[in-house]
Amino acid sequence: MAAAGGGEGEREREREMHVLAVDDSSVDRAVIARLLRNFKHRVTTVESGVRALEMLGLEPNVNMIITDYWMPEMTGFELLKRIKESKDLKKIPVVIMSSENVPTRITMCMKEGAEDFLLKPVKQSDVSRVCSRMMR
Amino acid sequence: MDVRQLQRQWIDLISALFREGFLDAQFTQLQQLQDESNPDFVVEVVTLFFEDSERLLNDLCNVLSQQVVDFNRVDAHVHQLKGSSASIGAQRVKNVCISFRNCCEERNLEGCFGCLQQVKQEYTLVKGKLEALFGLEQQIVAAGGSLPMM
Repeated sequence: MAAAGGGEGEREREREMHVLAVDDSSVDRAVIARLLRNFKHRVTTVESGVRALEMLGLEPNVNMIITDYWMPEMTGFELLKRIKESKDLKKIPVVIMSSENVPTRITMCMKEGAEDFLLKPVKQSDVSRVCSRMMR
Repeated sequence: MDVRQLQRQWIDLISALFREGFLDAQFTQLQQLQDESNPDFVVEVVTLFFEDSERLLNDLCNVLSQQVVDFNRVDAHVHQLKGSSASIGAQRVKNVCISFRNCCEERNLEGCFGCLQQVKQEYTLVKGKLEALFGLEQQIVAAGGSLPMM
């Protein structure tokens, strides 16, 4: 009995990711956080690329970064570049979200090393797809 | 009022909101994310939307009233409003924002003023209706009932 319970608990802990969500919109931060927590992940939200890099400097143990594209100061693309240029951070998968379906933008992000590109408004099926890919 | 009557009113109101295009499928996504551990999720997100929108509408008014209008700034604000309205499923507000962005691109000041009026109108309408919806929800819960599954 105890062994079975422990096994299941361990499996759940293995499945749990720590996700950093970056978006300047408070509405979108609330939605993406809830979507990710629905899949039982631990979520930290920040409002800008600058804050994201600050946070990663303190806690690089993040399993996935999901970021909005259009943000003042630093775009999601610029954040992606900084992460891929960093020795400590480059292995972290980065997903970009955007409300605009611009093929050249998508290509540019994928070329720079983005894992996936989600069109906003983000739905449960989008998050499910991204999370299951990360788990593999 | 009896719980079933309140629930009936709630169903009628929300059906009308979808039928009349005030809300779209994204609102349903939010409703699906509400559960016993997150019982106020929809109200919380919509409240953030109200706060955001009021700030943005104010900013838009200011930017458009300048001697020299910075259309890039106007567009940036409208882009934000379009984004948050899309995120909660406020379809009509989102649609006006799309026209608004076109006016910005064309540097059409009169068009922008027209869109500002329209977006304020649509925002006020959907805000009123959502507040009525949330009011009914509170009454239903207070009367010991639960929200109908959509």
